[in-house]
Amino acid sequence: MDTQVIGHRTPRVDGEFKLTGRADYTVDWQAQNMLYGYPVPASIAHGTLEKLHLDTARAMPGVVDIFHHGHFPKLYRSPNSPTHQDQVSEVRLPFEDERIHYDGQYIALVVAESFEQARAAAHAVHADYRRESGAIASLLDTDREGRLLASEGASRGDPEKAFDEAPVKIDHTYHIAAESHMQMEVHATLAEWRDERLIVHESSQGVVYQHKAMARIFGLPDESVEVVSHYIGSGFGNKLFMWPHAVATAGAAQMLGRPVKTILSRQQDMESGGNRPASRQRLRLAADPDGRLVSMRHDSTTETSFVHRYVDSLGSATPSLYACDNVAISQRLLEVHHGTPCPMRAPGETSGIHALETALDELAVELEMDPLELRRRNYADQDPASELPWSSKHLDDCYTSAAKRFGWERRDPAPGAMRDGDEIIGWGMATASWPALRMPCAARVELRDDGSVMAACGTQDIGTGTYTIVAQTVAELSGVPLKDIEVRLGESTLPAGPLSGGSMVTATALPAVAAALRNAFDALKEVATGEGGAFEGSDPESLEIEGGALKDDQGKRVSFGEMLTQQKLGSVNGEGQAAPGDEKGQYSFRSFGAHFVEVRWDPGISRLRVARVVSSIDIGRAINPSAARNQVEGSIVMGIGMALTEKLDYDPRDARLINNNYADYIVPCHADMPEIGVELLDNPDYAFNEFGARGVGEIGLTGIAAAIGNAVYHATGKRIRDLPITLEKVMDT
Amino acid sequence: MRNFAFSSAENVDQAVSSERGNAGEASYIAGGTTLIDLVKLDVMRPVQVIDLNRLPLREVERLDDGRLRIGALVSNTDLAHHPLVTQHYPLLSQALLAGASTQLRNMASTGGNVMQRTRCPYFRDVAAACNKRAPGSGCDALEGVNRMHALLGTSEHCIATHPSDMCVAMTALGATLTLEGPNGTREIAFGDFHRLPMDRPDLEHELEPDELITHVTLDTPVVGGGSHYLKLRDRASYEFALASAAAMVAVEDGVIREARLALGGVATKPWRAVEAEQALAGKPARTESFEKAAEIALSDAVPREHNAFKVPLARQAIVRALEKASAASKHH
Ligand SMILES: Cc1cc2nc3c(=O)[nH]c(=O)nc-3n(C[C@H](O)[C@H](O)[C@H](O)COP(=O)(O)OP(=O)(O)OC[C@H]3O[C@@H](n4cnc5c(N)ncnc54)[C@H](O)[C@@H]3O)c2cc1C
Ligand code: SF4
Repeated sequence: MDTQVIGHRTPRVDGEFKLTGRADYTVDWQAQNMLYGYPVPASIAHGTLEKLHLDTARAMPGVVDIFHHGHFPKLYRSPNSPTHQDQVSEVRLPFEDERIHYDGQYIALVVAESFEQARAAAHAVHADYRRESGAIASLLDTDREGRLLASEGASRGDPEKAFDEAPVKIDHTYHIAAESHMQMEVHATLAEWRDERLIVHESSQGVVYQHKAMARIFGLPDESVEVVSHYIGSGFGNKLFMWPHAVATAGAAQMLGRPVKTILSRQQDMESGGNRPASRQRLRLAADPDGRLVSMRHDSTTETSFVHRYVDSLGSATPSLYACDNVAISQRLLEVHHGTPCPMRAPGETSGIHALETALDELAVELEMDPLELRRRNYADQDPASELPWSSKHLDDCYTSAAKRFGWERRDPAPGAMRDGDEIIGWGMATASWPALRMPCAARVELRDDGSVMAACGTQDIGTGTYTIVAQTVAELSGVPLKDIEVRLGESTLPAGPLSGGSMVTATALPAVAAALRNAFDALKEVATGEGGAFEGSDPESLEIEGGALKDDQGKRVSFGEMLTQQKLGSVNGEGQAAPGDEKGQYSFRSFGAHFVEVRWDPGISRLRVARVVSSIDIGRAINPSAARNQVEGSIVMGIGMALTEKLDYDPRDARLINNNYADYIVPCHADMPEIGVELLDNPDYAFNEFGARGVGEIGLTGIAAAIGNAVYHATGKRIRDLPITLEKVMDT
Repeated sequence: MRNFAFSSAENVDQAVSSERGNAGEASYIAGGTTLIDLVKLDVMRPVQVIDLNRLPLREVERLDDGRLRIGALVSNTDLAHHPLVTQHYPLLSQALLAGASTQLRNMASTGGNVMQRTRCPYFRDVAAACNKRAPGSGCDALEGVNRMHALLGTSEHCIATHPSDMCVAMTALGATLTLEGPNGTREIAFGDFHRLPMDRPDLEHELEPDELITHVTLDTPVVGGGSHYLKLRDRASYEFALASAAAMVAVEDGVIREARLALGGVATKPWRAVEAEQALAGKPARTESFEKAAEIALSDAVPREHNAFKVPLARQAIVRALEKASAASKHH
């Protein structure tokens, strides 16, 4: 496809709004007569709430009411069904009973005239608890196995026999600490009831899902709930499904008959607003002497809370990544006493690929083989799991190109062999991968008499650039300049769009927008060729769209706006639907890439830093290369945190979160940024959708921690199997 | 945040006058980066807050005797970049710039930095047992998540680190604090200002409740000495030290004439390693001497479950800082 706008580095169409403060984030919304909610979190992780002392708080200035078990509307649980799009992050309703399942669980919501008053009163609420012993702080602190999930297993061949008979094998266990999303914008809700209708502003990655879940919980018809989320200061997955603070806020607003806004503190956000669960993974790999994999077993355990069953599917990529006849994956789930985990950027596979790609590096060491060569020898030309051909796979090009740009051929394989002054240099690599997902989607387009175009879809822009790529799509197909295109997203009343998750918005929403636009063109052509139209009597099929105008084969051109004005019409509309079709049974869809990493280890002062990352990623077509590259770069930075510093520290004695803020939970800062060289291969995947795009928000995070850990091994000769790789694990003591 | 009365002091007398109410419930505010943070967490609960920002304490000046007098309201940023500091006390400049972030340093004052509270997570959590915050309640850090905690100067009642970088450099450089109270002015040596926790970790310093820090005066610079501040931590910036070392070494003909050494991140107060300094004097400026000094500096270290690695880490910080400082000495 020869394109004018798609595939070009368009600046963000919402950039100006963000720079000038006109972007309306949830916390910016004010409603008339609005009150503020502030949750009171439990300060134990396991036990029962015996008594709440509310008198002091109630008497404090500005306090309007305090909600808690026994003083809250009677609500229903949401069915939590992915099919019916009413999934929630926690099925348990706030204040449902007096059981405490984790530190930070809400035991009350204080509502006051100002935020400060609500917070002060929340601090003045005291609680008596009956504590129970035996709180499980983390799966890292226990040898409990958890229960096996039949739904998550898969196998082919006879991996056990092949393993036993193989000459070269490894069998290791890897742990990853629970991580926090640390999105800039904390969770926030503004709930308002207008004539029995519930209107919610929420920082949400899924307005459609939240609207359905709210309707189920409050026992309302779908039409009576509206959820708005125009701008989101990111979510990384923890805003996909609604959390209890939103239900508590909407319930309070209902009882008080006034709008209520609740903004979580960073502490609350980190305790009870989602996390990537800690994991334990055992990898057993075996190969023949030439490095051909003969057996792969990947057994995982992840955490969930006692109030919700969240499964992070760790092994899902493993059967598809390498050619191997004997493969088995299994997954266990263990309940722990901390806040409920939820999807976090590239959920499941980030953790799973970390273990697999580390294990492969260990196997390469056993084989005395270059780790890149080991991956090449096991290249999967088709999807070994489904046995379908790939729609488009160029991982070999990624390996070749990234290795070349990195200078991999100069690597001395001996650990610690490469030095620079006080520092030892380590080089490591890993494969990246993420499935290409696509869902059904609807959209609406309006061509207006002023020549502008409006495109609307009930999905969200979570900061990744959805507003921009929708505008690019409209501009590409209509020839209308970007400045005349308005994009509306983030409202549940718009035609239903997808969750902003799974890297699926691009592939899901753009075809629907295109379909809607084409229907709008048809409507316009009907007007143009009808009575009194500029092309009266012409065959609509003979008219072409060019530069925001209709054109016939005689060279006559009339702009959209002119046409509508002539006919005294304000606009014509097109509704469009798009969904994946037969291709699903014909191909396997997945993106691939390769990361190469240089770390620097100064053993004299135990300083470990990532110095350089070179990545080549194949995501099909990049609709907007600037935004797409930015997603991969951001993922790499996130992966550095996962590899080296990030860990939610739950006190093993009582399962309370210790590092609940940006100063004590260590994410990479600017000074930690390495030189990052991201290349996006441009191989449009037209089998997947007409734009050839597979999505890019998550793949960059997969494999990066493994590449870093493998580089640490190369520098130090130490294999650190537990993330994060903090300096005390590496230093010589 | 609880309500509090707020007033601005127009002059030092007003700031320390007894009219300001019950001293225990009043608090000064300078940059507010410690105070407001802890008020929001309900850890500090002042009834009255007195703003110091109108006081004329923003000067950095060289006294006739060669010492450097720093007003309590000089910001960490201004102090770090002040020509008299970068020229004569580069150690202090380095330490300041290793602390916090640019935004915080722009707000943080010299007096507030001296008075900053510990970053111990149990101190910051009103539901935890903490003798510093709630005397007699116990110390959750002793057997808890204590990776960040101190090795030196600890007691069975508190093992929290003093988190400042600036103070570590000042301890090494030698300084005097000027305190103003209702009964007049007094001076105290920097090293005597912060207290060890012992059995009263809530008593952190020698300042009386109605007293104010007006100045910090640095001793005259060590002639010909090279210096280095080395801060070791998990990420490259914006994190408190796991271990830091402020070193100053004057070398003549390969022999150490004078050495100063102070430690951060590993002690309950800004920690001057006096015995290590004495051991260095007269020794060859070589790694073996530095290693010996590190050993002496850490001989009383009491590690806990999660912070034992800080002993070797602090040793590394000391050795590398001394190496760099001696390499920077004028006559090595
Ligand atoms: C996220 C974060 C990271 C940080 N990282 C570091 C770091 O890496 N290294 C480091 O050294 N520091 C660090 N800090 C601490 C920072 O340096 C201090 O918060 C700051 O120096 C305090 O100065 P201030 O003027 O803001 O104090 P304020 O908050 O205004 O006051 C602090 C205390 O001192 C009292 N006070 C203030 N001035 C005077 C005076 N003249 N006389 C008597 N009492 C006074 C106040 O009453 C209050 O009790 C960090 C802080 C934060 C929040
Ligand atoms: S170490 Fe000190 S500050 Fe921390 S909990 Fe114990 S007493 Fe409190």
